[in-house]
Amino acid sequence: MSGFAEVVLPHLDAAVRLARWIMRDPVAAEDVVQDACVRALQYFPTFRGGDGRAWLLQIVRNTAYGRLARRGRSAETEMDEASLEVADPAPDPEAMMQQGEAIGQLEGALAALPLELRECLVLREFEEMSYRDIARVTGVPVGTVMSRLWRARQSLIKLQAGAAS
Amino acid sequence: MELLLQADHDGELDVAATAELAAHLMGCAACRERQAELAGLSQRLRSDVPAMGASELLRARVAAMGVSRPARVTSRRPVMWGAGLALAASLVLVMVPRGDDGLLDAIAASHIRALQPGHLTDVVSSDHHVVRPWFDGRLDFAPPVKELATVGFPLIGGRLDYLGGRPVAALSYRRGAHVIDLYIWPGEASGSEMRSGYRVLGWSSGGMRLWAVSDAEPGEMEQFRRSWLEMP
Repeated sequence: MSGFAEVVLPHLDAAVRLARWIMRDPVAAEDVVQDACVRALQYFPTFRGGDGRAWLLQIVRNTAYGRLARRGRSAETEMDEASLEVADPAPDPEAMMQQGEAIGQLEGALAALPLELRECLVLREFEEMSYRDIARVTGVPVGTVMSRLWRARQSLIKLQAGAAS
Repeated sequence: MELLLQADHDGELDVAATAELAAHLMGCAACRERQAELAGLSQRLRSDVPAMGASELLRARVAAMGVSRPARVTSRRPVMWGAGLALAASLVLVMVPRGDDGLLDAIAASHIRALQPGHLTDVVSSDHHVVRPWFDGRLDFAPPVKELATVGFPLIGGRLDYLGGRPVAALSYRRGAHVIDLYIWPGEASGSEMRSGYRVLGWSSGGMRLWAVSDAEPGEMEQFRRSWLEMP
């Protein structure tokens, strides 16, 4: 009956999926989404109507990034910082394979992608969001979204080809 | 060309660009292969990676957040607000808490929800050194967390709750077979009333409003309030 619930509840699954792929941890994901919804409730008076999905996912992403930052020098932070320092941060396929074998090959490879590539790809592939909405959620220009998507996909395609041969 | 192929795959190209690309693909085997790779990857991602979603518990909690908002917000129509002045006015309306009457019902309803299995606490601890920091970053105020085990009200834990359209701290204490929920947020409170079979008792301390709710005896509730106020 409430405007808030009507806007947020239809996108709760998408919120949990995004948080899960950012945090790489299903339990932390639910925590992040609950915190994000508290924030969303506070911001709700400024919500301009329309599709609430990009609006909510943007808050979820910011909440998740805040949580990662608070973890300090965790494995996630170190890994992504390290990958950002490389000119073209194509992940090491062998390392991805090793991680991948543990939790299902493709799922593991996706989880091993650098954070900024991973979030773009899951928003596109699992939520089928437009480039414009992905740009809004991740706070980068559409062109950056396109190149990140391309890099993410090429990493996974190369890995799949390597695994098949 | 790569990003064009990808944009086509993602349904982002307009009709003219799609036609142009189709013409190119007719004569370019390399691009056709890349196109097939993109399609194959998308298909595998959707079939091989398990779908997941929000738990029922999370869904119920978020639904409860909406319920505790002022009813007035539900009729909000962004187009109708027009000028910034009207928007500012709407913000004020949203921020004003409802009268205590609706609030007392919301407190009792929240307590009843919390008594459902697994809903009582987000942080389980009888140690206020654990419970208090848990609220850091989750609330825009620091709720006072007191241990009252020595006077017969052991602390069970804490959680976030949503009352009067804002997040509040909720602490759970035990009294024999009864659970006492204590809701805390800035402001003032007073009163003692029965709601849905539960007693709701309010008081103020240190700039915070505190609402205790339980099915414990009225005398025990009053003792809880006094113990809280006397505990440093």
